[in-house]
Amino acid sequence: MTQSNDHTGGIVLTSLSKSYGSVRAVRSIDLQIAPGETVALLGPNGAGKTTTIDMVLGLTRPDSGSISLFGMTPAQAVAAGAVGGMLQTGSPLDHMKVRELVSLMASYYPHPLDVGDALRRTGAAEFAGQWTTKLSGGQAQRVRFAAALVGDADLLLLDEPTAGIDVEGRREFWQAMRAVAGRGKTVVFATHYLEEADAFADRIVLMSHGRIVADGPATEIKARAAARTIRGTLPGADLAGLVALPGVAAADRHGDTIILSCSDSDAALRPLLGAFPEIRDIEVGGGSLEEAFLELTAADKLDPEVVR
Amino acid sequence: MTHVRYDILRMVRNRAFLALTLALPLVLFLSVASGQRHATHDGVGFPLYFMTAMAVYGAMFAVISPGARIARDRASGWTRQMRITPLRIRADFAAKVLTAYLLALPTLALLYLAGAALGVHLGATQWLKLTGLLLVGLVPLVVLGLALGYLLPVDALTPALGGIVVLLALLGGVYGFQLATSGPMFDVMKALPSYWLVQAGKAAIAGGGWPAEAWIVVAAWTIVLIPVAAVVYRRSTSRI
Repeated sequence: MTQSNDHTGGIVLTSLSKSYGSVRAVRSIDLQIAPGETVALLGPNGAGKTTTIDMVLGLTRPDSGSISLFGMTPAQAVAAGAVGGMLQTGSPLDHMKVRELVSLMASYYPHPLDVGDALRRTGAAEFAGQWTTKLSGGQAQRVRFAAALVGDADLLLLDEPTAGIDVEGRREFWQAMRAVAGRGKTVVFATHYLEEADAFADRIVLMSHGRIVADGPATEIKARAAARTIRGTLPGADLAGLVALPGVAAADRHGDTIILSCSDSDAALRPLLGAFPEIRDIEVGGGSLEEAFLELTAADKLDPEVVR
Repeated sequence: MTHVRYDILRMVRNRAFLALTLALPLVLFLSVASGQRHATHDGVGFPLYFMTAMAVYGAMFAVISPGARIARDRASGWTRQMRITPLRIRADFAAKVLTAYLLALPTLALLYLAGAALGVHLGATQWLKLTGLLLVGLVPLVVLGLALGYLLPVDALTPALGGIVVLLALLGGVYGFQLATSGPMFDVMKALPSYWLVQAGKAAIAGGGWPAEAWIVVAAWTIVLIPVAAVVYRRSTSRI
């Protein structure tokens, strides 16, 4: 990680913002990614992941802020063939066969992979002779993957590469990706699957409502994500009072049972007993990853200082 | 080069489009001109006039047609995928211009053959001069096709391209009659490249070529449209 402060070495996003009308898609994010890192942009739909990726690829112009890719602007990096991207949409060009389309994409780059190699790695070799208009959704996704890969660019950006793919297809996709990332490429991918981010990325950048709400090694984010939940029986509970306790991110009630999602359950527990002495049957447990993920991305409740 | 090769291949593989583009002006020419082989129009024999007119009609459709392919590719979303490769705007435009002319040339050749069959007699230099003027006069139409392809959504593009060609053809005198021979309407006609395209036949026979006015009209349209095409090209990366 010695290069993480080297402003020419990797990806540097500085105070990057983009709005669409009144929707603030990306709100002044700062992010540095060192060469060779594999980073997951994790967040729910509407978090600003796609907008961020589009700006890094030069497809969308930021309202403010700057982007440096290996010391270049996005346009320069794209022109130099330093960037490969897999976008969420894009049906392969018509009147072409799969192999032809991947060859076409390869022809734009200075040092492309062998086309046959790219097709094999992405699992597209078996239908390489097929017309692009006759592909299934999963096959088209592999073609887009091959098109992103074949340029052998130093930076790969993948926007929800496994969206709409079945479990088996997802597993195969990440196997292929692992081989690529092992070759020293910088890989940034957007996903809303926590397991994917955890299994594949060195580092997770959690986005919500256009902001980065957490950023760290996958293990750290996972640990943080394993936030504690306090359960107890408290008839007629005052939810507002519970939420106001230190360390409590959210409070919920099911009948007489209250559930407190905590960023720090220890800090919450002590005043809880003092403020609500009638509480009983207290349990402290780890929440599920999905719960924690939702918790972390509920940005309105979070203090960015704490989460970062 | 690969980009150009596949652009041509994709055009040729679109069989129905290819057949219609080549056949339509030919059929129109034969059905109208065969009954008027000995008539004259606008100072020249009708077959020559109408051969030139239908060559212009067919070639205008041919050279504007890459716009339809561009809009289709944009609608598919693949244009965005291309835009994050090192492919340059010049290379992309060059490929589209080349395919446009590759389609225009056989359109012209077929009309010439049909014209000769109906008694159009021109010397070698006259044929060459006619062809040269047509190819130059088509340049603004090529650029217009590019600009519209990057500007309009695909479902608006077909009527737009068709409508524009028909309008230019009507005002240019392609349909075998001129809307006006003097007055403000005539001034409008003379400001259009299609008018001068149709006049290319007459100019070739007279041997004098186009008047300066024609060159100015063609150049002005081209100079205005090229930056427009470049701007809409760069803007056409938004998600559709």
